[in-house]
Amino acid sequence: MYIEKSRVESQTKINDNTFLLKVKSPSIAISASPGQFCNVKVSENTTPLLRRPFSICDVEGESVYFLFDIHGEGTKILSQKKIGDKLEILGPLGNGFQFQGDYETAIIIAGGLGSAPFPFLTKKLSDYKDVISLVGARNKDLVITHNLRNVSVATDDGSIGFHGTVIDLLKRKIEALSKNKFRIFACGPNPMLKALQLYCNESNLDCQISLESVMACGFGICQGCPIDSADGESYLLVCKDGPVFDSKAVRL
Amino acid sequence: MSGIDLSVKVGSLKLKNPILLASGTVGYGNEIAQFTDLSKLGGIVTKSLSLKPRKGNPPQRITETPSGMLNAIGLANVGVEVFIKEKIPFLKKLNTTLICNIAASSIEEYVECTKILNDEETIQAFEINVSCPNVKEGGLVFGNDIKSVGRITEQVRKATNKPLIIKLSPNVPKISDFAEVVMKEGGDAVSAINTLVGTSFDIKTRRPKIKNITGGLSGPAIKPIALAKVLEIKRNVDIPIIGIGGIMDWKDAIEFMIVGASAVQLGTVNFINPNAGIEIIDGMESYCEQYSVNRIEELTGSFQL
Repeated sequence: MYIEKSRVESQTKINDNTFLLKVKSPSIAISASPGQFCNVKVSENTTPLLRRPFSICDVEGESVYFLFDIHGEGTKILSQKKIGDKLEILGPLGNGFQFQGDYETAIIIAGGLGSAPFPFLTKKLSDYKDVISLVGARNKDLVITHNLRNVSVATDDGSIGFHGTVIDLLKRKIEALSKNKFRIFACGPNPMLKALQLYCNESNLDCQISLESVMACGFGICQGCPIDSADGESYLLVCKDGPVFDSKAVRL
Repeated sequence: MSGIDLSVKVGSLKLKNPILLASGTVGYGNEIAQFTDLSKLGGIVTKSLSLKPRKGNPPQRITETPSGMLNAIGLANVGVEVFIKEKIPFLKKLNTTLICNIAASSIEEYVECTKILNDEETIQAFEINVSCPNVKEGGLVFGNDIKSVGRITEQVRKATNKPLIIKLSPNVPKISDFAEVVMKEGGDAVSAINTLVGTSFDIKTRRPKIKNITGGLSGPAIKPIALAKVLEIKRNVDIPIIGIGGIMDWKDAIEFMIVGASAVQLGTVNFINPNAGIEIIDGMESYCEQYSVNRIEELTGSFQL
């Protein structure tokens, strides 16, 4: 883990509200694993005070990419960063996906901005696993398929791709895959993850979900990001025990 | 080497420098040790311990506010037994002064915790949290009741000979009265201030942003209040003070010492810059050089009115 002063290398607008930021962060780039995140100080002022957590979207040489949308003051400031600006980045943080193991096909499920961690995972998997990506969104303008492979899209309003939820789309795909061993990797809004968790746990499918939470430190000292363990007996921390959890390990 | 003496005394507690990391912002040392060399600090104050483990409050526990944050963690902690078994061995190796913070829901529990932990040589002092704003037992926050604070100090004093620090609540009309009670009942020092009660609502849903409804406000937003409280204690009561409240850099730390703090604690800043402690020590040393302060202790209460 590093605190690295990082230079903005590019800032690309992906859609109306979504940006792809590239920073030069050699130490973080070399040590990052898919599914991990960084905690980014977007300003040197005390407003906003806290860092903002972002999934590592991709790594390329000494550069790290973050995919984000404008959600509040912090992300607004981040969206205004220009080439040459410096950002102080803490990372890589969290556990990341368990992507090694005995399976043939990786099924990526992304809802909206939940696509963020998957370009990096796709890159790491492509050499030795089949990857299919199911991307869901409310409508066609919100579909983010940046650097994903074998993409099928589902939209709530049917404006593009499958008309329905990405979980309904998954159920159809899985029927066709039945003879393969597969593992599901998912990230997206909570209702999507809840529906996925219910389906995967009932059908006993191998599924990892990446969660997001409000947090302050990002490495376990503030205790600000608890999530119920599956038995409800204790809390796990999204930052340190996650952000990736086996779908059977947590209560959403 | 500048030759400046950075060591300070807080009552009978000697520290190699005035920078402590505050309870609840450093866990039990292990996570933050990845980012900073804890042996260079004056010391660390561990997350509040209670007799039995506490799960803490349900999420959402924190939210950001202008130049600050609200938290209602609810004293989530591993409990005394696990602390001794699993956390002390690591803390022992740190080569930094270890102050153990204790929170409890009864006077008996404070005493019991202190007695159990008192045998641990690694623990050099106790800080008693009478002022967590987020956990109420029977509707009472001890820290807001002067008789309770006096009684806790008196009883815990009997349970240990180690330096005893009482962490005071700012959510009271006159904090110096509380400091005076601590002094009379045998406390060695007070730390001031704990967080201020605050809240924040979402205007779209009209719901509180944190589940506990209210939380403790910390960060630079509270620094002027904390400074005023430290100054008030300094001017009215003869007891060493550990200043806490929104310290972000060395200038803030110096300011706290000038108004009366013998040492300071860093809290929220650790979440943003886990190496802040060391940077602040360096900055304080440079300040001392520039202003010909040979012993940093000379700063304590050196305000000019």
